[in-house]
Amino acid sequence: MSDRSAVSVLDTPNSYIGRSVSRPNAKRLAQGRATYVDDIMLPRMVHLAFCRSPYAHAEILSIDGTAALALPGVLRVVTMADLQDYCTPWVGVLDHLKGIKSAPQWPLANGKVFFQGEPVVAIVASNRAIAEDAADLIEVDYKELPPVTDAETALDPDTPVIHPELGDNLCFERSIDSGDVDAAFASAAVVVEESFHFNRHTAVTLEPRSIICDYNPADENLTLHMSVQCPHMSKHLYAKHLGLDENKVRVICKDIGGSFGLKIHTYSDEMAAGALTVMLGRPVKFIADRLESFVTDIHARDHRVTAKMAFAQDGEVTAVEMDDITGIGPYSVYPRSSGIEMNQVVNLTAGPYKHLNYRVRARAVFQNKGVMCQYRGVGHPIAVAVGEALVDKGAAALGMDPAEVRRRSFIPDDAYPYTSPSGAIYERQSHRQSLDKLVTIMDYEGLRREQRALRERGVYRGIGFASLIEVTNPSPAFYGVGGARIASQDGCTIRLDPTGGITCATGVTEQGQGTETIIAQIAASAVGVAPGQVRVITGDTDVVPYGGGTWASRGAGIGGEAALQAGKELRRNILEVAGAILQTAPENLDVRDGMIVDAKGFNERMPLAELGRLVYFRGDTLPDGLQPELVATKHYVSRSYPFAFTNAAHACLAEVDVETGLVSLLKYWVVEDCGTVINPLLVAEQTRGGVVQGIGAALYEECLYSPEGQMINGSMADYLVPMAAEMPEIYVDHVTTPTETSELGAKGVGEAGTAGAPGAVMNAINDALEPFDTRLSHMPFTPDKILRALGKT
Amino acid sequence: MTAPIIVTLTVNGEPVNRAVEPRLTLADFLRDELGLKGTHVGCEHGVCGACTVHLNGATVRGCLTFAVQCEGAEVETVEGGTDSGRLKDLQDEFVARNALQCGYCTPGMLLSAAELLEQNPAPSRDEIREHLSGNYCRCTGYQAIVDAIETTARKRVELER
Ligand code: FES
Ligand code: FES
Repeated sequence: MSDRSAVSVLDTPNSYIGRSVSRPNAKRLAQGRATYVDDIMLPRMVHLAFCRSPYAHAEILSIDGTAALALPGVLRVVTMADLQDYCTPWVGVLDHLKGIKSAPQWPLANGKVFFQGEPVVAIVASNRAIAEDAADLIEVDYKELPPVTDAETALDPDTPVIHPELGDNLCFERSIDSGDVDAAFASAAVVVEESFHFNRHTAVTLEPRSIICDYNPADENLTLHMSVQCPHMSKHLYAKHLGLDENKVRVICKDIGGSFGLKIHTYSDEMAAGALTVMLGRPVKFIADRLESFVTDIHARDHRVTAKMAFAQDGEVTAVEMDDITGIGPYSVYPRSSGIEMNQVVNLTAGPYKHLNYRVRARAVFQNKGVMCQYRGVGHPIAVAVGEALVDKGAAALGMDPAEVRRRSFIPDDAYPYTSPSGAIYERQSHRQSLDKLVTIMDYEGLRREQRALRERGVYRGIGFASLIEVTNPSPAFYGVGGARIASQDGCTIRLDPTGGITCATGVTEQGQGTETIIAQIAASAVGVAPGQVRVITGDTDVVPYGGGTWASRGAGIGGEAALQAGKELRRNILEVAGAILQTAPENLDVRDGMIVDAKGFNERMPLAELGRLVYFRGDTLPDGLQPELVATKHYVSRSYPFAFTNAAHACLAEVDVETGLVSLLKYWVVEDCGTVINPLLVAEQTRGGVVQGIGAALYEECLYSPEGQMINGSMADYLVPMAAEMPEIYVDHVTTPTETSELGAKGVGEAGTAGAPGAVMNAINDALEPFDTRLSHMPFTPDKILRALGKT
Repeated sequence: MTAPIIVTLTVNGEPVNRAVEPRLTLADFLRDELGLKGTHVGCEHGVCGACTVHLNGATVRGCLTFAVQCEGAEVETVEGGTDSGRLKDLQDEFVARNALQCGYCTPGMLLSAAELLEQNPAPSRDEIREHLSGNYCRCTGYQAIVDAIETTARKRVELER
């Protein structure tokens, strides 16, 4: 496991760990020289568009594509009947989510449609515009079926069952009843209760889902140019469902225009592109446009929660009870399932607190809306917001300061490692230290004084806290044990080149978060060169070691550790060769800044470029019996704990205009603890971006559906996203508690911002409205809802 | 109605002459006809700003402008602004401050920022945020972008002195 006791390369003076290095690959992006999938043009490439269902639930009676096929430039008009022999269906269940069920999904609707936007007919044409023209000419005769849209009534006996073969509309249910919940509530000094709505929203990556599938029938190779986070997972899935030899599938991900969990799932339209390239033997491009993105990208959240929390007189949280129902659309999404988000809510609610009396029931139900699945934060925003809102409400009922109630209820420092009532094991967290630092940097006392003074003048400001834990660095416990071929291990192959430069191939992927930069920092530190000497290769399954890619905030913690160990191995190999050439023991030598030096005194002995020259071109001059190995590969999987939990403390300062209902976010602070910080600049930017996505959920973003299951705001003009003018300045600071599970000690940080912000914003708004004796708990907090809460409409 | 029309314009300083369908947008024209892939398409309905380019010196939405409307016009894209060096200091600050993550919004952001600094050499942070209100970024949370533009403005003013 960890060899932290030895002097680590991380501690050496020329380590690049902990430095704010800017991203070398950002230059290319800033010059407009990136390569996103839609930028790639291949010979003989054809373009794909879809005729999609206008109904949320209907039977397909007939399809007439004659007029579409007659349009010049149209090559094929295909329905599921045409694709039957090219693609097998998939079902989004995992073995370890007991009882989860779902229905088979196909590249195109197979007799029935289950959500608005489901692809029914695929049109292949010489360009996208013609394919779209043709889609308009297709005539589909539907028989409408009753749509099931309301999650709360989806399980009622008189609600139609969406997939009759499943028996009911329940996808997955999980309960926990731990400790003596009834006794804890009966003996509580204060009990508070609340019902919450968590709005359905979606990722809105600026680059939409994009894929080029290129099948070469001559050698039976399939090359996929994809905007995807997990190339090896996609390689497996396309091979499996298209009936191809997995060894002959290659996935290439060049630049990716944002992902956040959106681009990690199986989408029918993308799989249709795969089936069609095999059918046609030529490249097929599909780029989702924004309107089809809104109705077919995975949506997130959509929870209805009722919860209560018990407190002792001294402010300590003693028990939590909650019920969660979440609407997941008509299918559990493949291959990760739509049960994971709900599972996280069950596992993590009130996670920072010692509440051994815990009862929860959560149910994921089918409905005829877009599918819901993992998006940045996965369940955490719900778990955090519910717990943190109840803590604030309890503090108010007790007449105590909300920060103080948190301090009294955190899992005590000496209780780690700690097993939560859901069975999650926390290695070590720094909730108190993080909150203490937070109240200092934000000048909490000063803000409270200012708040009181401003209230006198009719200005209503509120301060909202959110303490949180975030699941990162997952072990196989996340998906592997459930039977999904989603790797939780990752690898790094590192090579010394004849120039003295380093080439490093890693299985973790880059979507702009800075993976390539931190891998270069780690590899540079481990080998003993400058980061500029390291070239990092990601996103090509023909080249990089087998790995899981990017999900669950694992890139730095898992991929980083593999890079560290690979770099150390290469350094050992280099020193062995250098020792033989220089006729001294390897222990007497070191590598610094691209130079072999004496370990003591650092006298320069030989540049790495000279060692490279001798090894690669003048092997004849090397000592007998020496076979240099200037390539090293190492892998890493987290085994000692199922997850490494990052923690953070957030605070939001908001002002509510009680005349207009408008919320202004004035400032936002985050103290986060992701263990070893490899690059403070990148950690801060991941945090800021994540916080703003969480703010979007709290204030603006909502996929609105009519009772018939029609999304009524599916365009960027109607669906509000956070824009620059409304966003606050976000201050980021750190507490550092490295994980002992790896030598690097890094935990993930990519999702913590999104996890904390909705709860912190909600608490700030409710704190601002405290004089009006009203509380809001149905996101998003639009001006209209706020005015209604104030009795003003 | 869809018969091609000849359009003659200047793109990044180079004369261009093409027969295009009347419905072809400037963004698609730049990307597909001229291979200028730095202009991105994020919504195709005028909201996200990813397709922002300069038309006769002012920013326009490439997705709302038709190529045939650009007869005789001067168009500049991120590639042109890069080659001429006009965007260089902004680009350097964006990279140094990590004001881009996935980079998909960045060409549009840079062209919007360049326009702002021409109109207002020393904008406040609020003015910068206001000017960017038509450019969506899902990754950064905007603060780094505001920082980078503010720093560029400050350095330009210092250089003037
Ligand atoms: S693509 Fe033109 S504004 Fe979005
Ligand atoms: S950097 Fe990704 S959208 Fe702005």
